[in-house]
Amino acid sequence: MLTSFVSDYMRYVLKGGTKFYAWMGSLAVLIVGMMYVFYLQNTDGLIVTGMTSQIHDGLYFANLVFLVGVAAGAVTIVFPAYVYHHEGMHKVTVLGEMLAIAAVCMVMMFVFAHMGRPDRLWHMLPIIGIFNFPHSMLAWDVLVLNGYLILNFICGFYYLWVKYTGGKINNRFFMPLVYVSIVWALSIHTVTAFLIATMPARPMWFHSMMPIRFIVTAFAAGPALIILAFIVIRKNTKMWVDDSAIDLLATIVTWCLGLAIFLTMSEIVVELYARTEHANGLYYLMFGLHGLTNLVPWFWSSVILMVGSFLLLIFPTIRRNYKLLPILCFTTFAGIWIEKGMGLIVPGFIPSPIGEVSQYYPSFVEVIMTIGIWACGFFILTILLKGAIGILLGDIKYSGAKAVVTK
Amino acid sequence: MAINKKASAGPVKDSASECVAQPASADPSKAVLKTSRRDFLRAGGMLSMSSLMGAGALMAQSDDTKATVEWAEHFQKNYRLMTQKEKNEARLRLEKRYSAEYGKQVSVDTADAQPGVLMGYALNIRKCIGCRRCVHACVEENNQSRGKQRAGEKIEWIQVLRMERGEFSADKMNHGYPDGLGIQVGGNAYTPAGQILEGQYHYEPEAVPEKDATYMPIACMQCEKPPCVKVCPVRTTYREADGPVVIDYNWCIGCRMCMGACPYWARRLNVTNPVLPKEEMNPVTHYLGNRPRMRGVVEKCHWCLQRTRQGRYPACVEVCPVGARKFGNLLDPESEVSLILARKNVFRLKAELNTFPKFFYFYD
Repeated sequence: MLTSFVSDYMRYVLKGGTKFYAWMGSLAVLIVGMMYVFYLQNTDGLIVTGMTSQIHDGLYFANLVFLVGVAAGAVTIVFPAYVYHHEGMHKVTVLGEMLAIAAVCMVMMFVFAHMGRPDRLWHMLPIIGIFNFPHSMLAWDVLVLNGYLILNFICGFYYLWVKYTGGKINNRFFMPLVYVSIVWALSIHTVTAFLIATMPARPMWFHSMMPIRFIVTAFAAGPALIILAFIVIRKNTKMWVDDSAIDLLATIVTWCLGLAIFLTMSEIVVELYARTEHANGLYYLMFGLHGLTNLVPWFWSSVILMVGSFLLLIFPTIRRNYKLLPILCFTTFAGIWIEKGMGLIVPGFIPSPIGEVSQYYPSFVEVIMTIGIWACGFFILTILLKGAIGILLGDIKYSGAKAVVTK
Repeated sequence: MAINKKASAGPVKDSASECVAQPASADPSKAVLKTSRRDFLRAGGMLSMSSLMGAGALMAQSDDTKATVEWAEHFQKNYRLMTQKEKNEARLRLEKRYSAEYGKQVSVDTADAQPGVLMGYALNIRKCIGCRRCVHACVEENNQSRGKQRAGEKIEWIQVLRMERGEFSADKMNHGYPDGLGIQVGGNAYTPAGQILEGQYHYEPEAVPEKDATYMPIACMQCEKPPCVKVCPVRTTYREADGPVVIDYNWCIGCRMCMGACPYWARRLNVTNPVLPKEEMNPVTHYLGNRPRMRGVVEKCHWCLQRTRQGRYPACVEVCPVGARKFGNLLDPESEVSLILARKNVFRLKAELNTFPKFFYFYD
């Protein structure tokens, strides 16, 4: 039965029109580019990136942090569906879980891109390597991310499996897993925030507001991407996502975005009122330091994108206008990507702990790698969503007589 | 030159006389070359020839040896968990590979910490003249990457921070902060004085000390509570029993968490394959110390373990022309460092972070 599930799933996913193949083909080209620069990075070293001993986390780490948020954002579907029994959400929960799986896969790929020695990653495996568990925050992060991946995989595919075989969901097995995955989603982003917020050496990150800021930005960017995906699905497949689901997600995006703006504002006031040396990172981000102003346009464009989107999204009429909503979701997503990616990670290193002010220029290799990993993520997401939709629509169904007999 | 002689003489331990010998010089262009040539001749043809031949033989089979050796290296354990036998194997593997790679007999010491020793360092900031000889001596001694073509190929563990001597001037006293409403709430009479944590510290003066500058050399503080060790996901970096925080370069995964956690910016990443010319390579190495590193791993100061575990001073201490740098055993009340701690005014950098460095600053 399992083999027929896999083969039916694969056969359905591989069937598609020109549009589908063009999409997957162009993604594949980008993935090949990524593989090439990965080869470069692991023969010549990270020197082909813009990272230095001063600024040793760049685009990769920024995307990693951001995508953990996107993965956690899936809970904005799961939570209303199972805790508030939201009808529209319940029908599409599994799509959110698929998004989470794709996002965590991207995170893992960014980890590989980030490492100086990806060939030695096995050193982290327990038993054959050393897993510095309670001490190292990175160890915690590895644990929660893998746990989240497994949880979503089990929840998502168990649900699809049951739909496929036409059976009934065993709630005594399924529901506890769903509740665990809800809490777990919060944990992945909290731990990722701890990863950088537990370093007094980097005053820009060293404050306890970090986890909640991570979570609200995640719950704005995540559902924004989900809304975009839903609208694409509605347009391109027979699957219909209820308006009520999209409306609820849009509301979540709006208020989480508002909170994110509030927290950013609070940070700016607290840091710049006293204007100690610990505020240098933020000052560099907002206005530049010693004539170095690389990130200034990024920061202000992020402010414009976030505040502008928020001001428009407040109005329910705009929120429910499905022509405008995708645009606003995109601007929200882009604004948070800048704020939480480059805008948070890079200025943490400027100035360095001994006061050296240097700048970070992402190299061509980094850009290709980043685009390639995103392409790979969308490649995985497309496969997962297509298969899931096929099952939800009943296009993929177990045809053997056994299914009826067993349950 | 001491280092070369030592290498060809074989075992490192039983050569007490070398403590007196000239260390890696601060001025590489002249001093080192002269002495080393003289020494080379004095050492006699026999020994040199034999070592050269040995090196030649090693080089001839280098390709094969290198491949197999590296394969085994990939699967070795974390150094701290190795048995003595495994340590010896690892040591032999590395000696073979390095000797072939650098065309000379390379020794990889695995000497352990001695009981009753806790290394400590003290630096007299009043004496430092900012010549940066310590920086260069460190690079030579510890086999850092020294390429000049690309920015990331040059690694220096010691940074000498140059700080301006500020002054207060009367003519600026009435320029208030902030202006407006006719009420002055703060002053602008100063020009930067002392350490401000901003700016660039790469200075190349014609002569030192400069009239309007003071200097503050920093490197790894060998903290008693090292934040870098705590964040390491694979425990490749840890504090040795005699004090220094070390890295097993073969176990490091290059995640750079330690670099983020270090408040002293002591750690460097090998962003590419280290550029270490054969003739400049220091063949006297320690496994946890100055042995050549590889691409993608983090490195930092380890107080010259290859020297200090053999009763010698770190290269920076030996080279300092003004005697600003002091090194010794903190557990020995008569050691220079202990006496400084007992009698001078000392402070530690960023003490508020509770990292408890074993690197102290003092002034007379």
